[in-house]
Amino acid sequence: MALYSEKVMDHFRNPRNVGVIEDANGVGEVGNAKCGDIMKMYLKIENDIVEDVKFETFGCGSAIASSSMATEMIKGKPLSEVRELTNKAVAEALDGLPDYKMHCSVLAEEAIKSALEDYEKRKSENNS
Amino acid sequence: MIYADNAATTKMSDAAIDAMTDCMRNTYGNPSSLYEVGQRAKEVLEDARDEIIKAIGADNFREIIFTSGGSEADNQALRTAAEIGRAAGKMHIISSAFEHHAILHTLNKLEKEGFEVTYLDVHEDGLVRSEEVEAAIRPDTCLVTIMYANNEIGTIQPIREIGAICRAKGVLFHTDAVQAIGHIPVNVKDDNIDMLSASAHKFHGPKGTGFLYVRKGIKISNLIEGGAQERGKRAGTENVPGIRATAVALKDAIAHMEENDKIIRAKRDRLIAGLKEIPHSAINGDENKRLPGNVNFCFEGIEGESLLLLLDDKGIQASSGSACTSGSLDPSHVLLAIGRVHDVAHGSLRLSIDETISDEDVEYIINAVKEVVTYLRSFSPIWRDLVAGKKEFIL
Repeated sequence: MALYSEKVMDHFRNPRNVGVIEDANGVGEVGNAKCGDIMKMYLKIENDIVEDVKFETFGCGSAIASSSMATEMIKGKPLSEVRELTNKAVAEALDGLPDYKMHCSVLAEEAIKSALEDYEKRKSENNS
Repeated sequence: MIYADNAATTKMSDAAIDAMTDCMRNTYGNPSSLYEVGQRAKEVLEDARDEIIKAIGADNFREIIFTSGGSEADNQALRTAAEIGRAAGKMHIISSAFEHHAILHTLNKLEKEGFEVTYLDVHEDGLVRSEEVEAAIRPDTCLVTIMYANNEIGTIQPIREIGAICRAKGVLFHTDAVQAIGHIPVNVKDDNIDMLSASAHKFHGPKGTGFLYVRKGIKISNLIEGGAQERGKRAGTENVPGIRATAVALKDAIAHMEENDKIIRAKRDRLIAGLKEIPHSAINGDENKRLPGNVNFCFEGIEGESLLLLLDDKGIQASSGSACTSGSLDPSHVLLAIGRVHDVAHGSLRLSIDETISDEDVEYIINAVKEVVTYLRSFSPIWRDLVAGKKEFIL
């Protein structure tokens, strides 16, 4: 049995939405203090819809795959749905992660939440 | 496929496989049985013991106990020293910060039982200083245990000097020689070793077999009760085929050590030179005082597991001390012990080669590692910050 599911390996080998959005209006960076992995999400939100999303990740295969899958799951989606994204949903979409790698999917959820917070913050600053 | 993880395990040699299967087919008896096929198995067992005695410079058949491998041998050696120490009221042990977990976990247990352990610094070069061993020895020290060569970074410790110091001070000296035996010359007499652990699968022998050398006159404690095998010091029917293959593999390794050493060392040095060309990388451990087949690097801005998976896709099998490969979320205790910070330890790669690797393989590995490191850095937020000057390069 392989360490990772085929889906994890696919997203690891061919990560979707890798890179930077220069004019992103929501950026979030989170890290796992213990394992040391770091994930950065760039969101371009228009009319409460995630028009574009990109990521950068310093981490293991499942961290890269989790970031990639998470970006696919939120791209083109309304913020109401994006806010509901859970790490479990990311892990399930990847056909599961080994127990000791579940924290990678948590990192993906947190990175998106952090980027959303940044977006809300910028929005309220622009409005005030 | 290029197998470059010989420090994890080696492929069995044909000679060892032949010896093992021959023994399984023809000498299948129980060495404790009195009939012919049992007695022949006993003979095979004792011949193997003789070979091993010769191979490590021991002189008495009583000095070798066959075990299930290096970890069991380590456990038994430490238990032996601890029992002797306890009986004499000596409850202090000296070791190093980067021993194998078979040693470290056993020491943790002994600490819970009341022993005090001094873990010596291994410095940036991954080398224990013999003078620091000497300074750490106290009247109540019952054991010094220092590995012969480190399993991750391959650094070879000043075993002979440490052994001489221990002998002069009357303190037992154990060495975990799992990575050294069959790869570099090891002689228990010249090196002043009282106890030594070895594992067959690290020198092209079978898995599940190893041995413990205990110098004559040291009272051995056993871990496994239940029979008179190994003179009552290790119960359980002997793994005769495995033991026979161990002896054959070790004899073979020692017979070809000199020629193989030259071949492997040259390829190792080429690998090191090639990987050094990668910017912001560094070799782990002293460049020269290391096992002939060990290459260990850190690459800043990337993580080791991703590196391993992509190298595996390119047909290269290697290993990493990254937290992500440990299952425990902690990076290698060895890399931390030589002062690598967490981020940097995360991006480590160990290549451990044997003599079968070709020059083309070596060039292929260098190019593959360069390519993968560059790729992973291209979307690493840490690398971005380093390049942008938001973070300072460490390497």
